[in-house]
Amino acid sequence: MSATVRAPQVPPAAAEDLPAPRRRRRRGRQVGWAFVAPFGALFAVVFLVPIGYAAYLSLFQDRLVGGRTFAGLGNYAKLMGDELFWDGAGRVVLFTAVQVPVMLTLAMALALALDSRRLRGERTLRVSIFLPYAVPAIVATLMWGFMLGIRYGLVRDLNDWLGWSLNPFQPGTTLISIGVMVTWAFTGYNMLIFYSVLRAVPHELYEAAAIDGAGQWRVIQAIKLPAMRGALVVTVIFSIIGTFQIFNEPQILPSLVANSGITTHYTPNLYAYHLAFTGSQQGYAAALALVMAAFTIAIAYAVQIRGMKRALDQ
Amino acid sequence: MTTTAPPRPRNRPLHTIANPRKSLTLTLVTALFALYCLLPLVWLVINATKTQPDFVTTPGLAPGHSFALLDNIGQVFTYNGGIFVRWLLNTLLYVVVGASVSTALAALGGYSLAKLRFTGKRAFLFVVLGSISVPGIALAIPQFLLFAQLGLTNTPWAVLLPSFLNPFGLYLMWVFAAEAVPGGLLEAAEIDGAGPFRTFWRIGVPLLGPATVTVLLFSVVSIWNNYFLPLIMLKDPAWYPLTIGINQWNKLASTAGNGELLQNLVITSSLLTIVPLILAFVSLQRYWQSGLALGAVKG
Repeated sequence: MSATVRAPQVPPAAAEDLPAPRRRRRRGRQVGWAFVAPFGALFAVVFLVPIGYAAYLSLFQDRLVGGRTFAGLGNYAKLMGDELFWDGAGRVVLFTAVQVPVMLTLAMALALALDSRRLRGERTLRVSIFLPYAVPAIVATLMWGFMLGIRYGLVRDLNDWLGWSLNPFQPGTTLISIGVMVTWAFTGYNMLIFYSVLRAVPHELYEAAAIDGAGQWRVIQAIKLPAMRGALVVTVIFSIIGTFQIFNEPQILPSLVANSGITTHYTPNLYAYHLAFTGSQQGYAAALALVMAAFTIAIAYAVQIRGMKRALDQ
Repeated sequence: MTTTAPPRPRNRPLHTIANPRKSLTLTLVTALFALYCLLPLVWLVINATKTQPDFVTTPGLAPGHSFALLDNIGQVFTYNGGIFVRWLLNTLLYVVVGASVSTALAALGGYSLAKLRFTGKRAFLFVVLGSISVPGIALAIPQFLLFAQLGLTNTPWAVLLPSFLNPFGLYLMWVFAAEAVPGGLLEAAEIDGAGPFRTFWRIGVPLLGPATVTVLLFSVVSIWNNYFLPLIMLKDPAWYPLTIGINQWNKLASTAGNGELLQNLVITSSLLTIVPLILAFVSLQRYWQSGLALGAVKG
């Protein structure tokens, strides 16, 4: 019996020298590339070449007199000393530091509530909370801009009835209002990621915990929160990428509300947009876009590495 | 028909770990958040039924003096020579072509990365997956600069080409194919003499079904809702998708110091824009969930 198992005494190296499978494997190598080639070609045209071209353009400065001149790293040096850029970057970092923790805490709490099986109408609640994700940013901003506005919206109604003079779109409060909009749009999406992870926890774990006499909070602490750790790393990364490039809300809002304090450099992306399209400073805009991309990637990787270390420590 | 065990009262369900007692407090707290999520949509529906004067004068959550929804819809479709229809068709073009091509490319690539051997595979994966963390807007400006140089801006290609690329879709397909397509089945097909493309078509594609629907849905929503890319790429209103068109009306509505207020059009067209997506969401939610789960668990 054991002889039949051991019978093909051909060492692996010798097996590789057999002609037929080798030919097949060779052909397989080419075919693999044939499958990814369309994606790869597109990736080059829409990703690699534009980034390369932007890097090239970022070395030139556009001047009203003299046209485009080579500036070396001049654009990057200028950016580092540009107060308008730092104003926007600081605002985006502040926004991220507050909004992302609030949103993800809410998302995890909602996922735990929905997963607890203790809610009535769970399905309806889940769909309702996820629904804002389907709404385009332009429509979301219009709705919230109208609703929170003091000219047509619910805040006007509130002020009328209660004699208040609330204004959610003053220079000091606009960022909070944008936070309300972004949290509205993305909490459900993140909630559903956490919820999916929780649904994948093997049921036997809960039974074992119940036999050990673990209560609800203990189950959340010992099983559910650790189960969500990987998803938390992913959602933190994607949320940071999202909030760093905030653009739609501050770009659309000024046409809805007056004196909101939104400037053309309110966020770095808005600044880059204005530089490229109204300021005709393409090289400078390209430098800004690349710096923001590098900054975002650096933060995303830092979070990922931290998250991985934590997971390894467990 | 005598039973030895005492019958359980009909209205008292058995409480188990899988089915614990319902909590009113928890339900109410969750419902409060759901209210925050639904309020703007409710506001939108109510205000799409108002005439322009009613929109300005009546309270936001109260109905107007007349029910003007159909009238508003009629106005949306006929205003400015029916440009809204053009925008709707443009959006459909971008969505249908963009989502199909990007999903097909992601399926081919993901299947190949998971199931075929070729040199340079790891490097390819590393670069493509790395690109997921490059912010879309930071990429759009370089894309615009390049496309402007190539004369592609202000054409549908400027919106279509970037939407064909879906690295996250490729990642989902790769993860899914690695699990759902058994290697033995592919070997058997190869031994039976099927070529690699035939094997992919007859075995890979059917097994990748659920992931395909998920990636397709993600693409549809992201293209339907795309704002920044068409905003910078397109100047000619004839090529606008709905999102940019609505924004143009909104600008008209708010800068109409010369008298023409069309907020009822802005609001009604917004409602018409989100209805198809909301329907798709509600009817296909299990695909969303499986896709999100796949991305998060493996991530």
